[in-house]
Amino acid sequence: MNQQTTTESTRPSIEQAERVIFSASGLAVSRGGRPVLTNISVRAEPGDAVVLRGPNGVGKTTLLRAFAGLLRPDHGEVLFTDAADAGRIRDRSEASVFCGVLNAHKAALTLRENLNFWAALYNAPQTRIEAASAQLKLDPYSDYPAGALSTGLARRLGLARLMIAQRPVWFIDEPTASLDSASSENFVAQVEVHRRRGGLVVIATHDPLPLSGARIFELTTKVAA
Amino acid sequence: MSALGAIIARDIRLAFRAGGGAAQGVTFFALTGVMFALAVGPDIALISKIAGPVLWTGALLATQISLDQIWRADREDGSLDVLVETSDMLALTALAKAFAHWAATALPLIIATPILGVMLNLPAEAYAPLAISLAIGTPGLSLIGCIAGALVVSLPRAHLLIAIIVSPLYVPILIFGSGAAMSDVGAPQYGANLMLLGATVLFAAILSPLASAAALRSNLD
Repeated sequence: MNQQTTTESTRPSIEQAERVIFSASGLAVSRGGRPVLTNISVRAEPGDAVVLRGPNGVGKTTLLRAFAGLLRPDHGEVLFTDAADAGRIRDRSEASVFCGVLNAHKAALTLRENLNFWAALYNAPQTRIEAASAQLKLDPYSDYPAGALSTGLARRLGLARLMIAQRPVWFIDEPTASLDSASSENFVAQVEVHRRRGGLVVIATHDPLPLSGARIFELTTKVAA
Repeated sequence: MSALGAIIARDIRLAFRAGGGAAQGVTFFALTGVMFALAVGPDIALISKIAGPVLWTGALLATQISLDQIWRADREDGSLDVLVETSDMLALTALAKAFAHWAATALPLIIATPILGVMLNLPAEAYAPLAISLAIGTPGLSLIGCIAGALVVSLPRAHLLIAIIVSPLYVPILIFGSGAAMSDVGAPQYGANLMLLGATVLFAAILSPLASAAALRSNLD
């Protein structure tokens, strides 16, 4: 095992993330016509980590999707504003990236082809593909069809998209559910690097991730009807 | 590479990989032609008269079988979220997806048409009208199919539903397309059919991206 330490994995070519403040206010979301969560307000500044917790079915994924603009909330709004200039509202597609439980890779493409495709979508330079692949230790599997990867490796490929996109705000759903402990630690290290660069993360997870100074946002079931 | 170019390149590449839809469409098209030839039997005059409409119908049905995969494959593996998240205008993404579907499904059919034409004893002067009408008309099939695919994106096994949705919308394309295919180049009805076919496809080209994007957005919720 050649464990990389946190400081080594930052690499010399540090790209500073843009500093963006994420805020959601008075958010109400429903799933299949049923209200799931009401009156949710969250605010996170550059460097913050917010961990969403709560029992199964409480609406963590639904809430993350609403944050990421993949689901229209019934009420309330989600805003990304410039940390230096509070009046400047940032476009969501440039401010955030969402990584759900699905890894969004194509099984018939090789690992490398998947990374290249994402780089084109997120307009990322070649160096970022190489950095993401190296940091998540995916290099030995570059030519594997993504469909032949194990669950844990496929998850690492899915998480690599966050690093390729390099948007300031990361929304991640259950990032470490299928990762072994070394990969999990490595991923947490990447999140910490992102935070030090001025990025922020909102993570829904059941695992106790060792994120320094993370804020726990506990969701409770309140809607019974 | 631009994002839209990357989407088109990826979809075409996937269609030609194992399990993709490209070979499926051409095989279906070829089988339709063979079955018709066998069903009609040795009446050469009859078969060359109906060869154009038969090939047009075959192409239409062959395009239809891969429609449900346009969006659903992306939804099932999570990449639809990525497409939505990164697109400035979802309608343009839909247009790119429809184009990729046409290039991977209909273009191989057009290339295969001369071979099937020989089998169905298509008259020599009918090759050009058939190929031209297919080239103009088939993009309309992919465009309309793109809307249907987006409407049923969250439903499993939606083949029949897609066929019901697209069939009435395919009727004008089929009528004008096979009308042009059956006319001689230069005959008045040839030009008229081609122009009406072109108009139908252009109409679909404007409507389809907007309708597909709206259908996708409502299905995301």
